[in-house]
Amino acid sequence: MGSIDRRWIWAVLAWSGAALVMIVPAAITAFSPYLAYRTLPYIVGGFAGVISLSLLFIQPLLPAGYLAGSEGSAGRRWHRWVGVALVVAVVLHVGGLYLTSPPDTIDALLLISPTPFSIYGVTAMWGVVATAALVVFRRRLGLRFSIWRLIHNGLAAIVVVATVIHALQIEGAMEPITKWMLCMATLAAMSVALLDLRVVRPIHAWRNRGSTRGAKREPSESAIR
Amino acid sequence: MAYEFLSRRSFLAATAGLAGPALVSSPLGLVLPAAAATAIAPTQTMRGGANNYRPNAPMVERLGSGFFVRGKVVRAGAGTPLKGLRIQIWAATVLGGEPDPVNHGSVLTRDDGSFELEMAQIVPNFGQPHAHLAYDDGSFETVFLRPVMPSARDTSVSADFVLAPS
Repeated sequence: MGSIDRRWIWAVLAWSGAALVMIVPAAITAFSPYLAYRTLPYIVGGFAGVISLSLLFIQPLLPAGYLAGSEGSAGRRWHRWVGVALVVAVVLHVGGLYLTSPPDTIDALLLISPTPFSIYGVTAMWGVVATAALVVFRRRLGLRFSIWRLIHNGLAAIVVVATVIHALQIEGAMEPITKWMLCMATLAAMSVALLDLRVVRPIHAWRNRGSTRGAKREPSESAIR
Repeated sequence: MAYEFLSRRSFLAATAGLAGPALVSSPLGLVLPAAAATAIAPTQTMRGGANNYRPNAPMVERLGSGFFVRGKVVRAGAGTPLKGLRIQIWAATVLGGEPDPVNHGSVLTRDDGSFELEMAQIVPNFGQPHAHLAYDDGSFETVFLRPVMPSARDTSVSADFVLAPS
């Protein structure tokens, strides 16, 4: 059994695991009896929310390079595209809900909704808006990369935690067990990636600095990204 | 999922249960005249209660079957039943969304101030299974209620009105 085979098995397992986590909750939601009682904008808006949550799960795994083919710059490129998809999904989510019930959506956006989860949804929405602005105006902001990254990671953590609280409190078309699983997986993915990229790998790189003496500059540089 | 809401609601219920005796036993209760202490305060409009309101919902016998919206309407202060008042009711059901006219209807209160409307099963809408009720006919202050069902499987929901003359 060569190491290539083992790497293949690992790659297939990791990708299929990630795919299952993302697809199963959405697929089960598609069979919710509630969908039959809803209008098209409500269904589209609801699914855009479910897909946003699934995208938040895979989003931190990409720049961390955990999935085969997402190592290095490829992972960051995918991370950017998933970010774009996330912005589109959030627009569809809020837009769909607005078409379904303007007063309920306006109450939520103005933070005067009776539902306790709305404030978390709106927090996550503004977190996504701020993240998009941070990316689009990256050059113009002129921030040092380490500072930019810190703000980016902070916003990401807010978006993920707020989205998970938002989703868990909602009684809707999502099946509760798969919703919980997706939420926990999303929190775990973010926590592991942040801990790995911002704590474990920098410590490793710093420790190996003396022993390698620039011989392995490239790997250590990519490790702290 | 449901238990989260249950715990939130039972917490609220527990708080209300604690607050009740606490108010009665407060020093303020001792100095107030007995009549004022037992007076019933008017119901406040709930947040989001008026959402998707369509004024003057038609008087109906029923709006479907299997689910009941019930309640009682009394006068603020004395607590006497108010009969013949129009209560407007709407909700998202298995027949359609909350703005859908098929889910809007009115009933009159009986001699004892109670009312009941049979309608189609209410389903969660915007994250919570809930109904909307309104008194909006001018003789008393307008009140919009938005009771949330403890479980989406419930087949009834109730909401009471204490109305103050306008």
